[in-house]
Amino acid sequence: MIRARALEKRYGRKRVFAGIDLDLPADGFLVVTGANGSGKTTLLRVLTGLASATRGELRVEADRGRIGHLAHEPLVYRELSALENLDLFGRLYRVPERRERIGMLLERFGLWEARNERVAAYSRGMLQRLALCRTLLHDPDLLVLDEPFSALDEEGAALLDRELAELAGNRAFVVSTHDPARLAPLSTARLALT
Amino acid sequence: MTYLTDVSALARKDLKIELRARDTLPAMLLFVLSTLVVFHFALPAESASDAAYGLLWVAIVFTALLGLSRAWVPEHEHGVLDGLILAPCDRSAIWLGKTLATLAFLLAAQVVALPAFALFFASLDVTAVAGVVLADVGICVVGSLLAAMAAASRARELLLPLLVLPLSIPLIVGGVGAAISPDGERYLLFLALYDAVFAVLSWASFEYVVTE
Amino acid sequence: MGVAIFLALLVAPEDSDQGISQRIFYIHVPIALTAYFCFGLGAWKALRLLVRGEERHDLESYVAIHQGTIFGVLTLVTGSIWAKASWGHWWLWSEDQLVLFLVLFLFYCAYFMLRFSLEEGPRRARSSAVYALFGVVLIPVSFLAIRLAEGLIHPTVFTRDGPQMSASMFATFCVAWAAVTLLAYVLYRVELVGKRLDADLHELREILR
Repeated sequence: MIRARALEKRYGRKRVFAGIDLDLPADGFLVVTGANGSGKTTLLRVLTGLASATRGELRVEADRGRIGHLAHEPLVYRELSALENLDLFGRLYRVPERRERIGMLLERFGLWEARNERVAAYSRGMLQRLALCRTLLHDPDLLVLDEPFSALDEEGAALLDRELAELAGNRAFVVSTHDPARLAPLSTARLALT
Repeated sequence: MTYLTDVSALARKDLKIELRARDTLPAMLLFVLSTLVVFHFALPAESASDAAYGLLWVAIVFTALLGLSRAWVPEHEHGVLDGLILAPCDRSAIWLGKTLATLAFLLAAQVVALPAFALFFASLDVTAVAGVVLADVGICVVGSLLAAMAAASRARELLLPLLVLPLSIPLIVGGVGAAISPDGERYLLFLALYDAVFAVLSWASFEYVVTE
Repeated sequence: MGVAIFLALLVAPEDSDQGISQRIFYIHVPIALTAYFCFGLGAWKALRLLVRGEERHDLESYVAIHQGTIFGVLTLVTGSIWAKASWGHWWLWSEDQLVLFLVLFLFYCAYFMLRFSLEEGPRRARSSAVYALFGVVLIPVSFLAIRLAEGLIHPTVFTRDGPQMSASMFATFCVAWAAVTLLAYVLYRVELVGKRLDADLHELREILR
C-alpha cells in the first residue's frame, strides 16, 4: 500500500524528518511513535498527500478518495450539525447510500442523539467521535490516524479499540500514538521517529 | 456534472453557515451604508456627481475586502480546509464554491448599497449597475484565491488588502468608466475580459496554494 | 559596461525638441524594459515551479522579481525626473508608463509582503509563484485599464506614431539597452549565487552539527 524510500521533509531550512523507509502491505498496521515535535503529524500529512515530501520517493497505492485521515483537529464545520457535516463530506466522497451509512456511524459512535446540534456545542470527546465518523464515512482502504485516542473517555477509547480490531486485517493502517502498548495486539510494524 | 453538484453543495454550505451565524453579511451591509454616509460628509458640498461615483467604488472595494477577509474563517476553525482538500472532488470546486458564496454576499450587500447611493448621491443607470456586478465577479474571483493564500500567512487580515488592491485597480477603472462614460459598453467589455482572464487563472492555480 | 552607459550619454546626439532632458530617455526606457523583462522572467520561473515542482525555481523567481522591482523603482525615479525636466511636474497621471509602474510597484511590494509572512516551504513557493503569475497578467490588463482611464479624463484619440529616431540615436539607445540588460543579468546572478551559497552553508552547518 505504501512504499517510501529515504523520505525527507523540510520547511525551508528546518528539517522535520529524514531518511524514512517504509513498506506497508495492504493489510498492514503501522504504529508511529516519537516525542512531541518529532514529525509524526507531518509524516502522516505527507502520507495522505496534504503535504509533499521534499526529497525521497513515496508511492501510496490509494486514491485520494480512498484514504481516511483523522487529524489533530476534527476537520468539521463548527456552525453545522453533525448530520450536516457528514452529509457534506458524504457528498464530496460520493458515498453510496449516504443517509444509511451516516445514521449507522452516528449510532455506533453514540452521537445519534446529538446529531442535529451545532458542532460548536460539542465537547472535545464528542468532536473526536465525530471526527472518527468522518474518517470512516467512505470506508477507506488506507486509514491514517493521528493520535486517535486523544480526548476520548474510557468508553470512547474502548469503542475505538473494538472498531480498530474489527477493521484491522483487511485495510492498511498508519497510526501515530503516545501509547503503543494499547495498539500492540494489532500492530504489524513500528516506526519510531527521533 | 458531479463537479457542479460539488460546487453547489459547497456554496450552499457557506450560505447555510452564514444564515446561522450571521457573521459576515450584516457587517458588510452596515459597513457599506456607514461608508456612504461618511463620504457624504467627506465630499465638498458642491462637488460633481462624478466624484461621488468614485467614492461608491471605494465603498464597494472595501466592503468586498471585508467579506473576503471572512471568507475562509469557517474553514480555518477546526482545520476543515484540510478535510475538503482530502476529498476526492476536484480542488478547484472548493474555490468556485467559495467564490460563488462570497459573490452572493457581496451582491446582497449591494442590493442595499446601490439604492442608498442613488438616494444620497446620484442616479445609476443600467450600465453602471452592470459594471458593479461585473466588477463584483472580478473581485470575488481573485479575492477568494488570495484570501486562501493570506489565510495561511502570519499577517492574515492585514495582508489581504495589500494583495487585492493592486489587482483591483483595473476593476475600479472599468467600473467608474461604466458609470460615467458615454460609451460604457467598452468598459463593460473590459470588465468582462478581466473577469474571464482572472477566473481562469485563479481556477487553475487554487490547487497549488492550499497544499504544503 | 557601466562606462558604456556614460559613453552613450555623452556621445548621445543632440535633440532638437527637448534638449538635454531628452538624454535621460536613454536610461529610462532601457531600465523600464529591463524591469518588464525581469518580471516576465520571474513569472516564467514561477510557471516552471508550478508545472515541474522543482524547488530551485522558487529562488530564481524571487530573485528575478527582486531585480525587477529595483529596476521598477529606478524607472519611477528616472521617469519623474524626466517629467520634471520636460513638463515641470514631478508626477503626471497622464503618463501611462509611469502610472503602470506605480501599480506594479504596489503589486510587487505586496508580493514581498506575502513572501515574508508565509512560513518557508512549498506552500510559500507556490503561493508566491501564483502571485507572480498574476503579476504578468496584471501588466497588460493594467496597461489597458490605464489607457481607458486616460480616455476618461481627457478623451483623445491615441495615435502612437513610433519614436522617430535618427540612426545614431537608435544606436545609442541599443547600446544603453544592452548595457542595462547586462547589468541586470549580472545583478541577478550575483544575488542568486549569494542566496544559494547562504542556503548551502546552512545545510552544511546542519549536517556537521
